[in-house]
Amino acid sequence: MRRFLIPLAIFIVLIAFLAVGLRLKPREVPSPFIGKPAPAFVLSQLHQPASNFSPVDMVGQVWLLNVWASWCVSCRQEHPILMDLARHNVAPIIGLDYKDEREPAKAWLAEHGDPYRLSIWDREGRVGIDYGVYGVPETFVIDKSGVVRMKHIGPLTQTVVSEKIIPLVKELNGA
Amino acid sequence: MRKLITLILLVCSLSSSFAGEAAPVAADPALEAKVQSLSEVLRCLVCQNQNLADSHADLAIDLKNQVREMLREGMTEKQVIDYMVERYGDFVLYRPPLKSTTWLLWGAPFLLLLGGLAGLFWLLKRRHAHAEEPLDELDRQAAARLLQG
Amino acid sequence: MIPELGHIALIIALTVAVLQGTLPLLGVFTHNGRLMALARTTAFAQFAALAFSYACLLQGFLTNDFSVRYVAEHSNTLLPTFYKVAAVWGGHEGSMLLWVLILATWTVAVAVFSRRLPKEMLSTVLAVMGLISIGFLAFLLFASNPFERLLPAVAEGRDLNPLLQDPGMAFHPPMLYMGYVGFSVAFAFAIAALISGRLDAAWARWSRPWTTVAWVFLTLGIALGSWWAYYELGWGGWWFWDPVENASFLPWLIGTALIHSLAVTEKRGCFKNWTVMLAIMAFSLSLLGTFLVRSGVLTSVHAFATDPKRGIFVLVFLSIVVGASLLLFAWRAPKVGLGGSFRMLSRESLLLVNNVLLAVAAGAVLIGTLYPLFLDALDLGKISVGPPYFETVFVPLMAPMILIMGLAPFARWKAAAASDFPRTLWLLMGVSLLAGIVVPLLMGSWTFLAALGVFLGVWAILASLLALLARGVSRLGSMSLAQWGMVLAHLGVGVFILGVTFVKAYETNSDVKMSAGESTTVGGYTFTFLSINEVNGPNYIAARARIEVSRNGQFDRVMEPEKRIYNVQRMPMTEAAIDTGLFRDLYVALGEPVDQNTWIVRVQHKPLVDWIWWGCLLMAIGGGLAAADRRYRIAARAKSDATAMSSAKA
Repeated sequence: MRRFLIPLAIFIVLIAFLAVGLRLKPREVPSPFIGKPAPAFVLSQLHQPASNFSPVDMVGQVWLLNVWASWCVSCRQEHPILMDLARHNVAPIIGLDYKDEREPAKAWLAEHGDPYRLSIWDREGRVGIDYGVYGVPETFVIDKSGVVRMKHIGPLTQTVVSEKIIPLVKELNGA
Repeated sequence: MRKLITLILLVCSLSSSFAGEAAPVAADPALEAKVQSLSEVLRCLVCQNQNLADSHADLAIDLKNQVREMLREGMTEKQVIDYMVERYGDFVLYRPPLKSTTWLLWGAPFLLLLGGLAGLFWLLKRRHAHAEEPLDELDRQAAARLLQG
Repeated sequence: MIPELGHIALIIALTVAVLQGTLPLLGVFTHNGRLMALARTTAFAQFAALAFSYACLLQGFLTNDFSVRYVAEHSNTLLPTFYKVAAVWGGHEGSMLLWVLILATWTVAVAVFSRRLPKEMLSTVLAVMGLISIGFLAFLLFASNPFERLLPAVAEGRDLNPLLQDPGMAFHPPMLYMGYVGFSVAFAFAIAALISGRLDAAWARWSRPWTTVAWVFLTLGIALGSWWAYYELGWGGWWFWDPVENASFLPWLIGTALIHSLAVTEKRGCFKNWTVMLAIMAFSLSLLGTFLVRSGVLTSVHAFATDPKRGIFVLVFLSIVVGASLLLFAWRAPKVGLGGSFRMLSRESLLLVNNVLLAVAAGAVLIGTLYPLFLDALDLGKISVGPPYFETVFVPLMAPMILIMGLAPFARWKAAAASDFPRTLWLLMGVSLLAGIVVPLLMGSWTFLAALGVFLGVWAILASLLALLARGVSRLGSMSLAQWGMVLAHLGVGVFILGVTFVKAYETNSDVKMSAGESTTVGGYTFTFLSINEVNGPNYIAARARIEVSRNGQFDRVMEPEKRIYNVQRMPMTEAAIDTGLFRDLYVALGEPVDQNTWIVRVQHKPLVDWIWWGCLLMAIGGGLAAADRRYRIAARAKSDATAMSSAKA
């Protein structure tokens, strides 16, 4: 009798996994950078092509790196939240203008408002690849020593900001 | 015609599939073959269930170009794969790496086969120990029912 | 009004299904003949209600009734009528309706063709199918109602996904569902046998033709899907080991094991528990496939619009159906006798080894498909399991299976000896080995996999042919349909293997930028880009290229690949031009335009690729012949059942 119960036992385990699986998000790929230093780069700024920016410039501050583009539809959705973040001075936000043209990008910021301390221009998307960006918008939280602490994929929401990003930034600033 | 092409270009770029990549008329066929075989085992992150070779998504084309460039610079396939894993995690690999969390995956077919064959052997031996089995009571009743019906 | 009638018909169908699932069972336990007779009546009634409901939805599509949400989301006034018919199952709700309609069709088929069965058996089988129907009808009504209204109605529909606007797509889902749902008959017979305790050769004989027919449909459905992907997705792939493909492949593997195991149970009365287990598993895996496709737990290129509520519903249903049947199995199986005995080397033992190999292969595919979910659920990271994994584990399992497949038909039942295998057979094995070594050399590149593939393919074909001829040409006429079926199906396996091997090892391609007058050479054919023109389709516009193909300087043909843009969904579609030949396909697909005159073009030469689908077709025809064997005809049944029973024990 007992060995004939084995299939049932296996099946119950399978069902348990499937039930848990229903609550997972298979499309979200966690970033392997969490807890690792943010990759270095030097890129020219969007508004001042003559000056460069590198993550090293931000050492000593907790900051956000937000990947956006003028062609990105869902960036428009998260934009008010970014504006809000900037208004409350939660942390400096650096924009990474990903695979975009300079003029439309500037026009886009002029139209929708510019929450960024500065934006950098990643025309070829090379820095994007280095940061493992696969869906714009994406947002990284980077700590004082330049270590990536969190990554959010897709448009920011009020919940993510108030429940995850703001507490994390506070904690990192306190440390 | 011009309108159609503009439309196609527009739609393609909207669905983010147009990019500069223009499959060079295989300047270096050996390199191209390597790029192809390598991008077949890398997963496109945007489109999900497609490999880089098949995908026309923008990012897939960028990554394929990256692979081509790295191979051209003389990097080994392992270096290219490490580069991808460093950025996107094990998720980009269609061939899961052998590590503590995946030994069960790689070992499972082998274990199943071993278990199956062992079970089969045990069963055959046990069966061999039984002599020819007479009709049991249930069978007899069934046969009787059938013969009447 | 009509959509509401369709909705009401669904409610009636559910009510009838509840009666069908309960009263006949009550009849069986109380020996009440009138209650048992209700099984057939309710089966017909349920079918009528569902057919009416389906017709109502079809009517919505044909009359462009965009006040029905499902129609508005999957159709458009410009959609050609043929695709409006196919669009009924182009989305989640409609395809579920098709699913229950097919279930009702199978139920009616059982009620008609198996009406001579003992009435306890027939009533139980129909009742079990009624119980399954309850689950799916409840799912339709409570979580996926296709008749939901869209108020206010929209003026124009969102159109059917252009990928699905294709004749191959029109037939793929119904075929596949016929297969999936067909296994419910084998399942119902197994449950009925467990309930009644009549797990015997007669049961095997009754359920065998049903199982084989379901398997034929599943084979055709999978092959059609693969063929469709090949010519419609535009890059010439035919199997991707995508979770949804695996979900259809799993019941196929188990179903293949089942039809062989049923053969042994019927002929020799043994493997009864194993056969019942396979029958339960084949249908359970069909249900699991439904869950995987419709819940969104795995990412797939095929996913329907998903909704966690639906996922929970199917999961609960799956747990009840499979859990209850496994419990029933655990309760009844220990009392089942062993059946006829056989030696270590015999037809039985060889079939059993192959059964184990098929089951292990299914287990490997299942684990590979679900492993990313396991890891994610345990928070151990995200991984992908793709073609390299499946190919690595699949080949070593299939190789011994194909070897045994060639040998088994020569082994005698009960006790086989080395002398059963004619000397010619060993000679043919030598010939196959030689072919495996030499053919890849002739093709210009020798790899182990290519050699193994050629060896196994040639072996499967030669051994099957020998099985046909070994007994002498004069006796061909006296061979039963079942024997012909087996030989054809095994031949099909060989043809399939050769197709896969050649296309994997020897396909060549070239990605080029082309403008008028430029050419490229692939596989000995030269492709010259002549021109490109704009073409208007019924609901799309396209750029159509003219590409001249020549061989050794001789004009061969003109191929016309297209890039289409469908008016409504604005989705670019690649319509490849394919020249199908006996030994190779030429596959030309347009990529993106580089500028006004230059396009990216992908040209491929695919040797023996069509053998993949011909192989599947042969398998399906073989299955069809086997199911049509005279032994299963109703008239002959009642008499021979008893003889089968006693001979099985002899």
